Amino acid sequence: MTTTVPSPRQQDTGRNGSGGAPPVETAAALAEVTGTESGLRRFLHGLPGVDQVGLERRSALLATRSIKAASKLHALDLAVSMIDLTTLEGADTPGKVRSLCAQARRPDPEHPDVPPVAAVCIYPDLVPVAVAALHGSSVAVAAVATAFPSGRSSREVKLADTALAVEAGAGEIDMVIDRGAFLTGRYGQVHEEIVAVRQACGSGPQRAHLKVILETGELGGYDAVRRASWLALLAGADVIKTSTGKISPAATLPVVQVMLQAVRDWHRLTGELRGVKAAGGIRTAKDAIRHLVAVNEIAGPDWLHPALFRFGASSLLGDLLRQRRTQLEGHYVGADYIGSA
Amino acid sequence: MDTWTYAPAPESAALARLQPSYRPFVDGGFVDGGGEPLKTVNPATGEVLAEVGTADESDVDRAVAAARLAFETTWGPMPGAERAKYLFRIARIVAERARELAVLETLDNGKPIRESRDVDVPTASAHLFHHAGWADKLQYAGLGPDPRPLGVVGAVIPWNFPLLMAAWKIAPALACGNTIVLKPAETTPLTALVLAEIAAEAGLPAEVLNVLPGAGDVGSALVGHDGLDKVAFTGSTEVGKQIQGRLAGTGRRLTLELGGKAANIVYDDAPLDQAVEGVIEGIFFNQGHVCCAGSRLLVQESIADEFDELLRRRIETLRVGDPLDKNTDVGAINSAAQLDRIVELAAAGDAEGARRWTSPCPLPERGLFFPPTVFSGVEQTMRVAREEIFGPVLSVLTFRTPDEAVAKANNTPYGLSAGIWTDKGAKALWTAQRMRAGVVWTNTFNRFDPTAPFGGYRESGFGREGGLAGLAAYADG
Repeated sequence: MTTTVPSPRQQDTGRNGSGGAPPVETAAALAEVTGTESGLRRFLHGLPGVDQVGLERRSALLATRSIKAASKLHALDLAVSMIDLTTLEGADTPGKVRSLCAQARRPDPEHPDVPPVAAVCIYPDLVPVAVAALHGSSVAVAAVATAFPSGRSSREVKLADTALAVEAGAGEIDMVIDRGAFLTGRYGQVHEEIVAVRQACGSGPQRAHLKVILETGELGGYDAVRRASWLALLAGADVIKTSTGKISPAATLPVVQVMLQAVRDWHRLTGELRGVKAAGGIRTAKDAIRHLVAVNEIAGPDWLHPALFRFGASSLLGDLLRQRRTQLEGHYVGADYIGSA
Repeated sequence: MDTWTYAPAPESAALARLQPSYRPFVDGGFVDGGGEPLKTVNPATGEVLAEVGTADESDVDRAVAAARLAFETTWGPMPGAERAKYLFRIARIVAERARELAVLETLDNGKPIRESRDVDVPTASAHLFHHAGWADKLQYAGLGPDPRPLGVVGAVIPWNFPLLMAAWKIAPALACGNTIVLKPAETTPLTALVLAEIAAEAGLPAEVLNVLPGAGDVGSALVGHDGLDKVAFTGSTEVGKQIQGRLAGTGRRLTLELGGKAANIVYDDAPLDQAVEGVIEGIFFNQGHVCCAGSRLLVQESIADEFDELLRRRIETLRVGDPLDKNTDVGAINSAAQLDRIVELAAAGDAEGARRWTSPCPLPERGLFFPPTVFSGVEQTMRVAREEIFGPVLSVLTFRTPDEAVAKANNTPYGLSAGIWTDKGAKALWTAQRMRAGVVWTNTFNRFDPTAPFGGYRESGFGREGGLAGLAAYADG
């Protein structure tokens, strides 16, 4: 370890608190890390490396887990409850969003025991429509912001974008990091921007939850994913999220694995529980269950909760519902036998 | 929601097509042996799987004579391109019957189906394919212009990788034009006998391959037989030394693949999460019944506490149980004798002052099981650091400098394998050059490929299996 600032590997890791503020000495040490550009750089580049071969091998191993019977049914319901049902198209309309919201509240009306999804994820201008449509339900309204998906605009525009969504009632903000700044090593700028967006999310119990999209497909490697994850966590991200869904590759099992390790290590360091959102590219129940296995075995069972793990997806829900019916009824049903938003 | 547990996902035992009895394979057919039949047991349940006829000395004579005849009349004179056809056919049938072989191996040995399915059987098939390809190209293998087979090979293999070890012996021996008499381990004879059945199905000329089940007495009669030209043994160092003593002065060739006490060196700049995986793969793969197991973890002191925490946390997620369950990570200990040895050595660790930590994982109520165990505070002088435990027991030592790591890693009479974990290429090479071990893995562990020579030196034996060096053990240039 080359860094002289406190790092995850130098901290007392004996505590296992859940939630709550980090202990005073940890908080002070973290403030020291984030205080300067060079401090941040030393910290991020002092994190343990990621070996690509070993990482992908572990992912392949996790994918061999055989989830059957009751554990499969449980996993399917859990996955449904973790979905951020998403539409992020230029052609989105209030009608499209209302239709999505209806399915979010009751994913499979013929089976009322299917839990509602976690959130509906949309562009900021459509937030009022979703807020009205989801009123009285447990489903949150998440809005992408900060010049999504590229993040290429001024700080003022990004903050205004965030404020627009928050004022319209969005309970969750999915922001993108400035990949240009990250890739040129301006970590302080990325950090500062996340902090500013977090402030724009409000304060107190009404503060919108902040998910920080790393766009891992543009970062160029697993070491960079680990650094970006820590950068976002240091800046106060509630959830670190893989992708916008506009870039391929998006959420892959190895990338999600690195991010799960980051929140696991953050918890070891600070006692705080932060979340992960795997977004983009997860279309089948099988793939979703593989991610849940990774959550269970890498971060731990504490993270098997919609507050700490999400799927950002549009077509995944349909396959989960089909597989669920298959488990219950013993045969596959055609996609057209289930309503789809 | 309630906690999420994985429901049992057992592979069907019926896939093994288990027969009530098995017999020695001699002269191209299954015959009644002269030895007392033995019962082979499923170590996960204690149930008898099948009765297996064993060989006696006269069967050894007969098998060696048969192999000699085949060497002189059919297999020895056969062009390499023709031999290759048989080997390719055997390799293909092994791949086609992979599921059956995997389940049978798991039943007989106790290893998890995930490993027999994803490692043992595919690697055995790959080894056969690889050597089939060499059969007609031996003059280009760097062994000289016209490599000649040695003659009749006597091979004795252990119980930890029954099918894979059989393939490791049979494939190069046959590819080079030798014939072979193979003795599988007493507790795990079944897959070698199915391999013989596969050879017959492939039309391999009778007498080229002979399989003689039995205990140590059969192995002893075989390796000491005058009719052999070469002996290949994989097993314990103790038995290997006896064989070497008996063969001294006979002019017969010998290769030995014996025990080990490999070090896994984790530097402070290692990719930690992957190093944790590699250490686990190194010691808990196949319940630690691996001669090249990374049974000594050498971790740099500056990261020792954090590594220890990450390691234990990961070990807790290992699932110990029914080997046929597809989600089982660590299966059953192969025999009561082996379990006793593990228990005894672990007790020695306690007595000598090492700190024992045992994974809190639940264990099955019946069958032979031992939970993943880590000894920390181990010193070089302790038995758990010096003796091969051959079980799921890891000894953790620390070091401060690369020189100390190298010195500790080499401070063992064994020399089979070593692992190095660092993100710095130059440091990995520096360390690898100083490891007195036949196989050195960098940022990975327990990877087996037919193109890579495997073997040890000092008390881990001599000779190589796989790669060009492996061919050299079965041919004269």
